[in-house]
Amino acid sequence: MTIAPDQEQPLVGQRVQRREDGALIHGRGTFIDDVKLPGMLHLAFKRSDVAHGRIVRIDSSVAESMPGVELVVTGAELKEPLPPVPILTPFPAPAHHAVTPDKARYVGDPVAAVVATDRYLARDALAAIVVEIDELPAVIDPVEAMTGAPALVHEEFENNVALRIVSGTGVDTETGVVDDSALRAAFEQAEVVISQRMRNPRLAPTAIETRGVVAHYEAGREYLTVWATTQRPHTHRHYIAPAVGLGEHQVRVIAPDMGGGFGAKKIYGEDFVAAILSKRLGRPIKWIEDRSEAFMATTHGRDMIGEIEIAAKRDGTVLGIKARLIADIGAYEMLLTAFIPTLTHGLLSGAYAIPMIRSELIEVFTNKTPTDAYRGAGMPEAIFFVERAMELLARELEMDSADVRRRNFIPPDQFPYATQGGSVYDSGEYERLLDKTLALAGWERLQAEREAARAQGRLVGLGLSFYIELCGIGPSTMFPSGGWEHASVTVERSGTITATTGASAHGQGHETSFAQILADQFGIPMEDISIVHGDTAKVKQGVGTVGSRSLAVGGTALRLAGDKVKAKMATFAAHLLEAREADITFAKGMISVAGVPESAMPFADVAAYAYVPTTLPRDTEPGLSAEAFWEPEGLTFPYGCYIVQAEVDRETGEVELQKLVGVDDCGTVVNPLIVDGQIHGGLAQGIGPALSEEVIYGRDGQLLTGSLMDYAIPRASDLPRFELDYTVTPTPLNPLGAKGIGEAGTIGATPAVVNAVVDALAEFGVRHLDPVLRPEKLWRIIQGETS
Amino acid sequence: MSETVPISITVNGTSREAEVDARLLLVHFLREDLGLTGTHIGCDTSQCGACTVLIDGRSAKSCTVFAVQAEGSEITTIEGIGDDEALHPVQEGFWAEHGLQCGFCTPGMILAAVNFLERNPTPSEAQIRRALDGNLCRCTGYQHIVNAIQYAAKRMAE
Repeated sequence: MTIAPDQEQPLVGQRVQRREDGALIHGRGTFIDDVKLPGMLHLAFKRSDVAHGRIVRIDSSVAESMPGVELVVTGAELKEPLPPVPILTPFPAPAHHAVTPDKARYVGDPVAAVVATDRYLARDALAAIVVEIDELPAVIDPVEAMTGAPALVHEEFENNVALRIVSGTGVDTETGVVDDSALRAAFEQAEVVISQRMRNPRLAPTAIETRGVVAHYEAGREYLTVWATTQRPHTHRHYIAPAVGLGEHQVRVIAPDMGGGFGAKKIYGEDFVAAILSKRLGRPIKWIEDRSEAFMATTHGRDMIGEIEIAAKRDGTVLGIKARLIADIGAYEMLLTAFIPTLTHGLLSGAYAIPMIRSELIEVFTNKTPTDAYRGAGMPEAIFFVERAMELLARELEMDSADVRRRNFIPPDQFPYATQGGSVYDSGEYERLLDKTLALAGWERLQAEREAARAQGRLVGLGLSFYIELCGIGPSTMFPSGGWEHASVTVERSGTITATTGASAHGQGHETSFAQILADQFGIPMEDISIVHGDTAKVKQGVGTVGSRSLAVGGTALRLAGDKVKAKMATFAAHLLEAREADITFAKGMISVAGVPESAMPFADVAAYAYVPTTLPRDTEPGLSAEAFWEPEGLTFPYGCYIVQAEVDRETGEVELQKLVGVDDCGTVVNPLIVDGQIHGGLAQGIGPALSEEVIYGRDGQLLTGSLMDYAIPRASDLPRFELDYTVTPTPLNPLGAKGIGEAGTIGATPAVVNAVVDALAEFGVRHLDPVLRPEKLWRIIQGETS
Repeated sequence: MSETVPISITVNGTSREAEVDARLLLVHFLREDLGLTGTHIGCDTSQCGACTVLIDGRSAKSCTVFAVQAEGSEITTIEGIGDDEALHPVQEGFWAEHGLQCGFCTPGMILAAVNFLERNPTPSEAQIRRALDGNLCRCTGYQHIVNAIQYAAKRMAE
């Protein structure tokens, strides 16, 4: 089978089949566990099986004597050579050691490491290590934790509070002084005030491929090569180099094919341990996380309580939102742990012109796995709160779900729009998109069907949500991880193009969509273009693929690098064709003079000339290669609307999703096939937390959802066929007009599903339900227990 | 330390003889001993289906089968499905319908689908979704995978 886009038309906008797939459908990808080197040893971690306690003694004598065991090291032995696990946020954070030297703070906290000749033998040795821990009370409930009870996770953080920030209306960002008068007046004068405590469940990102690392230190060359599951190879290199006493120039990080990331694949302590032990033993070392480990040791997401108050007029006009946000961030801070919940404030305006917004955010340590970015990263929390609040308001005012939103939309002529949540929205036509969604779903017909179903005693509900996504990250002033992206474009001497991008793809299809952009730009077939990513030795610089930024930021960097090369190529072509540079055009593999069709040269001939010029134009160098860094001026804000029809089984409490209709606007769409796929996957990851997915800890801090038997990600039969469409409102902030689509579905789906289920249970007086809406919970409501 | 056992297994049509640890999992035998790394490991506990292979024509999760249990059987892995010149219709469907993103679950999905379509060549969408319950995908939301299998069913009926 061949990929055959219509070469007569621009490739941007076409459903081009992915070039990545040719290898993957044969199982010929190279994923982390496929990397195998001569003499390679296997690393495994002994992890705490209690949530909180002081390490009294670790006896590894038996393990050390077992066959195949090369080394056993404890946290105390690794504390000195290794720096703490990296944190990118500017806030005060506790030291976090790759292997804890003194205290275990969550079930899964590494306490020792084993290196053996075989992965089975390494596991055998783990079982033989005796760890004696003096248990402390487990800190599990974040609200209780804020009183300092029952213990302190980190002695230096009073009341277990990692961070407290008050933001929004009346808060002086310079001085931190808070003026409450306007906000208080708005709430006092409001005709309606609704208060609701809501909760976003704790989630496990659950990429189907777990994490892993292969570290290979070559003594004599003093060079470390690391294959790692990371969405940020250059950040990985930046931190791993000093950790093992090397410079960045002595380290190469390769992100091989990666089986999903969803925000969780970044640098961890295990990467440091593999690298330093490879250096110490002079052998390549591999660590592959198993699934039970992944549930404990790969960062979680969400877990935020919101105490939300919304003030409005009786006509539905929202006057203000107040939010007290409590984020349970777990036992330690990782790369962006403390930063993620701060994003929630930035989206508390939703799609609405809300004159006053105030939030207080409290981040709390508990004895749980650390949280960090997970698809959506602070945004699903915000949109869940806002879209539930809008629905509560609609119910209170007996307004249609669509009408209450329509009344509050930011009008199209108000962009760029600065929200009281501190965000500047770039562009949007919200009402147009809402109308398109209502028409696509047949909103009034669905409402009539619901009434008919209810008349038969069925529990059918409709849910609507309107989401905003904050993406296209940077600028760097706002993001501690860096907001730019890098690209390079080289026209090879044969007339093909090799391009690199710092956006390291792992399923997003950059090799296809980025090639589409360059093919249009240079007027050559995309088969003649290759996109290289995920290797610091081939890609000069990069930030990475996170936060739906690849196309808006990485794609723009690529376009700009292409512009530079194209300009130089035009100079050469003008010289050769004896024309003005401004008249040079690129199309269909030819470089021509506009208006003079006979004055043209094959693209490849100009490329060949650039490398072996007969005469060089004045002030030019040979060659055709350029790079670009792109730093966006601001964020992009895609948006969309989802409508869900759900039925709850009166006998069992099971939810059936009967319909999900959605319209998304991510600005310019480069490849609709890929965008559809991103939305579908996002929707599934938003539906999961509404209906089945939740990380649960026991009172003693034991992880109760430690396998895919207990942590229920959606299966094919749990999901309806999604019916989707688009509107296109390009962003003015980058030349592509692209906004981003990676997290859209995840953000919008959860409130749409919850709104539908709450509606379905209206006859039981249900006003609000927090996810997760498992059958037992709903069955109890149907049986008459109050929620 | 552990007991080794001689095994004889036919993998993708080639007879393989080996002396393996009694506790060696089939998936590790395929991946490590035979170098057939297209079979992936996603969960170790037989929920995710990334390790799905065909044992004597039936789909099975190779992470919860010992290599010795496969003694005498015929195994098909993703490397034994289609080739570059002639893709299997299921592979063709996955490519045409964008049935994969990261590609990690894909080999298991393809083998499960191949086996399913042999048993049910004209499935409904609900039957396809039900048949995929043992194979988890975190990227696609399954819709394009369902489309891929529908595509394959149609092609195989031609």
